[in-house]
Amino acid sequence: MERENHKETLLHLLSGHGGPGFEEAVASKVRTAFSEYTSEIRTDTLGNVIATVHGFGGKSAPSIMLSAHMDEIALVVTKIEAGGFLRVAQSGGFDPRTLVGQEVVVHSRETLRGVIGSKPPHLTSPEERKKAAPLEDLYIDVAMAEERVRSLVRVGDRVTLHRETMELLNHRVSGKALDNRTSIAIILETLKYLQGLKHQADVIAVASVQEEVGMRGAATAAYGVNPDIAIAIDVTFADMPGQDPDESFKLGAGPAVSFGPNIHPKVFRGLRDTADKNGIPYQLELSQGPTGTDGAAFQIARRGLATGVIGIAIRYMHCSVETGSYDDIVSCGRLLAHYIASITTEDVEGLSCY
Amino acid sequence: MLLKTLTEAMGPSGFEDEIRNLIREEVSPHVAKMYTDVLGSLYCENTVQTGPRIMLDAHMDEVGLMIVHIEENGLLRFKPIGGIDPRVLVSKPVQIGTEKRFGVIGAKPIHLQSPDERTKPLGINQLYIDIGAKDKKDAEQVVKLGDVCVFATRYEELGDNCAKAKSFDDRVGCAILIETLKKQFQVPLVGAFTVQEEVGLRGATAAGYRVQPDIAIALEGTVCFDVVGAPSHGQSTVLGGGPALTVQDSQTIADRAFLEFMISVAEKHNIPYQLRRVKGGSNDFGAIHKTRDGVIGGGISVPVRYIHAPAQIISLEDYQNAILLTEAIVRAISEGGFTI
Repeated sequence: MERENHKETLLHLLSGHGGPGFEEAVASKVRTAFSEYTSEIRTDTLGNVIATVHGFGGKSAPSIMLSAHMDEIALVVTKIEAGGFLRVAQSGGFDPRTLVGQEVVVHSRETLRGVIGSKPPHLTSPEERKKAAPLEDLYIDVAMAEERVRSLVRVGDRVTLHRETMELLNHRVSGKALDNRTSIAIILETLKYLQGLKHQADVIAVASVQEEVGMRGAATAAYGVNPDIAIAIDVTFADMPGQDPDESFKLGAGPAVSFGPNIHPKVFRGLRDTADKNGIPYQLELSQGPTGTDGAAFQIARRGLATGVIGIAIRYMHCSVETGSYDDIVSCGRLLAHYIASITTEDVEGLSCY
Repeated sequence: MLLKTLTEAMGPSGFEDEIRNLIREEVSPHVAKMYTDVLGSLYCENTVQTGPRIMLDAHMDEVGLMIVHIEENGLLRFKPIGGIDPRVLVSKPVQIGTEKRFGVIGAKPIHLQSPDERTKPLGINQLYIDIGAKDKKDAEQVVKLGDVCVFATRYEELGDNCAKAKSFDDRVGCAILIETLKKQFQVPLVGAFTVQEEVGLRGATAAGYRVQPDIAIALEGTVCFDVVGAPSHGQSTVLGGGPALTVQDSQTIADRAFLEFMISVAEKHNIPYQLRRVKGGSNDFGAIHKTRDGVIGGGISVPVRYIHAPAQIISLEDYQNAILLTEAIVRAISEGGFTI
């Protein structure tokens, strides 16, 4: 087993709550984590946390952006019903079937705990059992009188999943928001490894906002940082029964390195060759157009950025028991650190030469 | 905190060891005589010989899951023990076996589903427990077939004097019974913590026969569905409305005289109560009242929202009132308030 430098940090990040547009609480944890590596940290207008770690390249140093979104999928209160029950809409894609009986946190004037209701089997007809309720039919119970609910909760208040993180076999971790705080942990592992390597390039570590509603933070981060190489770190799908083979990555078999139109061929080759050279396990992820990651926004920022996408596979994405392997986080961090250490000014100049 | 200890303990039907040991430890300083029967139910008796013999019942078991198969990829297949709607299992963690190893029940990510898939519930045969095992061999090191699981839910207080936990059905009844057994009564009293209620009132059937009570009362957590959109007649009970008394359920038609007696005691002591308003569901009294020559009695229930689901909610006021009502009824009987 490799060293787990930032596993505790990851557990701390997972315990935070922050959906699209309300990432402040998580951002503050991220700033603390980044401050171990640099004091050059800023936050842009949308809320992206941007930290710079300098290489030895001086003013002409290549710049490589490592970006991981810190927002998690969330719900928004749309109505307070009679009895004080809350109706919600989604901010990020939920499978409503995963929400029945789910515990949640309501971020209102006070932080409230709630349960998404389910009908007792004693009262459920066989006919009803064949149906899965759409999100509109679900409600949150905060076990409070309607009057008090109305005094505390407003339409527009945000709701996030409640789940204590669990450690499973084989250094696997399960809980909420592994999408995409595991990638923040990858950035931290990368910076840790880089301390033991010589690197010409400046590294700009970004924790981006609002990915789950359409890579909005990524667009302003890429514009603001304007790096030579932009690497989006995001989770992908781990295998489970009933999934297509090209969307089924193995847990513990190393990060998935993306290849396809969204990915600069030289960035892909650089990541792949680095892994081969250093004996780091990796898997190949193929995409046929813009990826569902911040990398989709990076590629078309300003005059276009050389983009790479990498990340670990997790199971059960977008629910409260997302499951991933810390071993993959460590492998991914090592891979990125060696890749960054390999990049020179000449490499950057070659990115526009076809 | 009694409710926390009891609800966080493990005890699916037929596997009540942990919860039984906890209850035994809790009541042993307060009761004269304690023993278990061949099914595993736990009995606590006082030494009073004169007066009607009262049996207070609470079942120790809870709904759970059993591991029935290990897939080549290390995922575990399971079947429910007791009535669980598979729709509440998706995206929930469980604790497996005596080691309480964490496992999670996941689902295919929404990104890879067709819109049609989302409208269909996932059945038990489409769900797996993931313990992080690499393959079958890896899983077999730590889990064996027949291991049982319970929901991994913490007891926590929330809202207006309410609490959330797994297994309020029937650990809330166990807590009421424990609190009652800590008090002294001048009437023969048997507390029966029974097994296997969730798979057909099985422990109570043997317990009723063995105890031969004159009067029996089941202490339960019962169906409560007083939520948005639920018609009044379908709610069964109202959270915070006081302990619920059974009129008729799927196994019992309340003895009218005893029901009236319980109501009169509640009213005399200004303890709020409500009548349980659905016919479905049942409790241990359904089995007890049919033992031997028949037994007079009833049920006192605490309303439980989301019963049989991972996160259930009760009102702590209802719980306290159920304790008060149970004590008041036993005292009233000991004072000759109810003649059989």
